[in-house]
Amino acid sequence: MSVAVEPRAGEELGLRDDGTLGRRARSERRWSALTLWTGVGIMAGIVFMSLAAPLLGFEDPNRQDLAQVLKPPSLDHPFGTDSVGRDIFTRVLYGGRIDLLFGVVTTYVPLVLGVALGAIAGYRGGWLDTVVNRLVDTVIAFPFIVLVLAIVAIFGPGLTGAYIGVFVVGWALYARLTRGEMLVMREREFILAAQTLGYPTWRIVFVHALPNVLRPSIVFSMADIVLNILLLSALSYLGLGVSPPTPEWGALVAEGQSVLLTSWWVATLPGLVIVLVGIGLSLIGDGIADRMGRDFKLTA
Amino acid sequence: MNATTTVAEPLLDVRGLTVGFPTRSGLLLAAHDVSFSIRTGRTLGLVGESGCGKSVTLRALLGLVPYPGAILSGAVGWLGRDLRTASEKELRDVRGAEISMVFQDPSSSLNPVFSIGDQLGETLRVRLGMRRREARARAVELLERVGIPSARRRLASYPHQLSGGMRQRVMIALAIASRPKLLLADEPTTALDVTIQEQILVLLRDVQAETGMAIVLVSHDLGVIAEACDEVSVMYAGRLLEQGPAGAVLRWAMHPYTRGLVAAVPPLHPAGANGAVPIAGQPPNLLELPPGCPFAPRCPYATEACAAVPMTLEGPTPHHRSACPFVGQEAR
Repeated sequence: MSVAVEPRAGEELGLRDDGTLGRRARSERRWSALTLWTGVGIMAGIVFMSLAAPLLGFEDPNRQDLAQVLKPPSLDHPFGTDSVGRDIFTRVLYGGRIDLLFGVVTTYVPLVLGVALGAIAGYRGGWLDTVVNRLVDTVIAFPFIVLVLAIVAIFGPGLTGAYIGVFVVGWALYARLTRGEMLVMREREFILAAQTLGYPTWRIVFVHALPNVLRPSIVFSMADIVLNILLLSALSYLGLGVSPPTPEWGALVAEGQSVLLTSWWVATLPGLVIVLVGIGLSLIGDGIADRMGRDFKLTA
Repeated sequence: MNATTTVAEPLLDVRGLTVGFPTRSGLLLAAHDVSFSIRTGRTLGLVGESGCGKSVTLRALLGLVPYPGAILSGAVGWLGRDLRTASEKELRDVRGAEISMVFQDPSSSLNPVFSIGDQLGETLRVRLGMRRREARARAVELLERVGIPSARRRLASYPHQLSGGMRQRVMIALAIASRPKLLLADEPTTALDVTIQEQILVLLRDVQAETGMAIVLVSHDLGVIAEACDEVSVMYAGRLLEQGPAGAVLRWAMHPYTRGLVAAVPPLHPAGANGAVPIAGQPPNLLELPPGCPFAPRCPYATEACAAVPMTLEGPTPHHRSACPFVGQEAR
């Protein structure tokens, strides 16, 4: 409503908005919406295809057809077949179930843990802050692959070791991000105002301060999902992740490596799917960052 | 004492409050031996330059001295108990319910991510145990009470969508939601336009007349103090220098510092007076205070005897007292 009033004031001075301002604002908003929804579209497509694979006619990812070995992409086999005649597209779809679940779980379980720990440490300060900080330093400084190898050595190869390995390490970055934001937040006057209203500390930390410090963690988490998927792929590649013949994206790429020069599609097309997921999640992350910026930043 | 004294018993009775902060170069006393009291329905002004310990004193009353500071001595008498020795749990029950607070900058004292309705509703539900629907109705009432037009629609607004004056009204609504007996107002009008200042002061007075709450009003603006307060305490470098009824303190200031403050107010009619006379010198470094009177280095009447001043408030009447034994007391 106030928008309708202000241009008129300008017109009295002989200035006229030829629509530039409105257009600019609209195009900026449209861009961020486009970014977000493109990302959501990509991810929704991949998730849907993975979950609905059997309904779409892609049934057994492990069915071998030795008459159809290393066939290039065709209508029957959109991504071609591998060295034992398995349909790579089907394997990518079923692999998505493992990889996407792994990516999401290994990102958001540590996120919740790390954010909570970082929030409390940043708000309370004192010895708790020191302890959490040193713990974060230790975890971040420790060579990750060595740690995962150690954990895999305990639990044996497979998803369990990979899950536990990422849980042990993943929280630290979120704790550090959140703690830093919280140090700024706890000096803000509205936190003091919440204290003077007699709210209990947990309420001030988790209800009042937390929504104001979540943004960097949420944006980073989008990149983190991809990183964790790549990590699982790397572990599988090293033979420490899933064991064959379970379809997993990293394992698919690894299998294709030996025939890369003669049958490029075996490694390349699953690799492109990983890239596509990375792009989709990044777009969502950017879109969310824009959106949160718009809702939160205007407060000054 | 006879029975009539109980009637006038103060609501808040602060005695010898001293708040200290450890610093690298020694102990900093942000408030030093501060005593004042306030009765139901009255307004006490706390006046002084920036950094003289006004805000810290207010926060100390609620046990919210910023870390690493602490109350070193004194007592905060509240309804017959001492809040200084109260547990964190007891303090939480007092905060927001019996004593609440309004801040200087309403743009930063409201949480940017919650709507006005959410913030008001939260207080009503968490602190007063109201149900959602009931809290909503009461929130509308409160917003109407503090003069926000179309209150029902405003519930969905976020702080950044309101003007400064509106936000301060919302803060006041939050503060009075639980009908506190005492409102601590820390420079509530400083960040606002002059015309809005007046409206906020009138609003505070109206609410006070209705609910009978007491107000401690911190300000560096003598105009605000003169308009809104019954009593005034003048603070300098963590110390109280003068205390008394607002009219008496501003008209017949006894302490040279208070006189300086009054003289420093720009006159409305530039031609009619000598103009504003600033107090010479800088506010002191709290870590390097002179012995005796902290104002002595800037005081036009200072003598060597000032270094031995006991800094207790004495006066011709028990109500109007000053820390300066040399100037002003002969005047009446």
